[in-house]
Amino acid sequence: MEVLSVSVDSMFVHKMWNEQELVKMVKGGVPFPMLSDGGGNVGKVYGVYDPDAGVETRGRFLIDPDGVIQAYEVLTPPVGRNVTETIRQIQAFQLVRDSSGTLATPSGWRPGKPTLRPGPALVGNVWKEWKTESAFE
Amino acid sequence: MAEEIKAGCARPTGSRVGEAAANGGNQQKIEEEETVILIGRKAPDFTAPGYHQGKFVNLKLSEYLGKWVLLCFYPGDFTFV
Repeated sequence: MEVLSVSVDSMFVHKMWNEQELVKMVKGGVPFPMLSDGGGNVGKVYGVYDPDAGVETRGRFLIDPDGVIQAYEVLTPPVGRNVTETIRQIQAFQLVRDSSGTLATPSGWRPGKPTLRPGPALVGNVWKEWKTESAFE
Repeated sequence: MAEEIKAGCARPTGSRVGEAAANGGNQQKIEEEETVILIGRKAPDFTAPGYHQGKFVNLKLSEYLGKWVLLCFYPGDFTFV
């Protein structure tokens, strides 16, 4: 998994933020590329640029090895992301891809929990394989 | 992977992942009409300048074909969340 971050700040500001503050949060500083989207053109294409504020909202796009967007989430600035949920989604999409689409992950799935194998035999029988409580465990 | 660049005022350019830019020009503006993001469809490609571990780089999203990518936008450096 490769992480890329994007904001409208210049690469010079990225450097200073990393050296002045982020290095105090993460040993060695930010390990991934911090991209600069001055003008917000990339953000506009991804639907996350707020022209009134002149900044990009908290958009997160999960892109598979074919360049296909498998998931996205966009939050307004005051609320931070749930990285644990992002990692869970990455694990789920990777499992589905590795199974060539033969497996699916039901609501509440996390690594180690049962998957579903969609097909004629499963129609009308999901209740045998998946319980409502599984969504909350 | 990422090409190192000189300190300057570069701006992002782009087309769509795995597809050539319409005019091939590196300074071509990102296609404005492609503003609808759909899951299950190819991500819009772009080239953008950035900072990566002590270097200024120029990076193209489609260079990451074959790998999983988490692309994260955020409001700004030195903000609080």
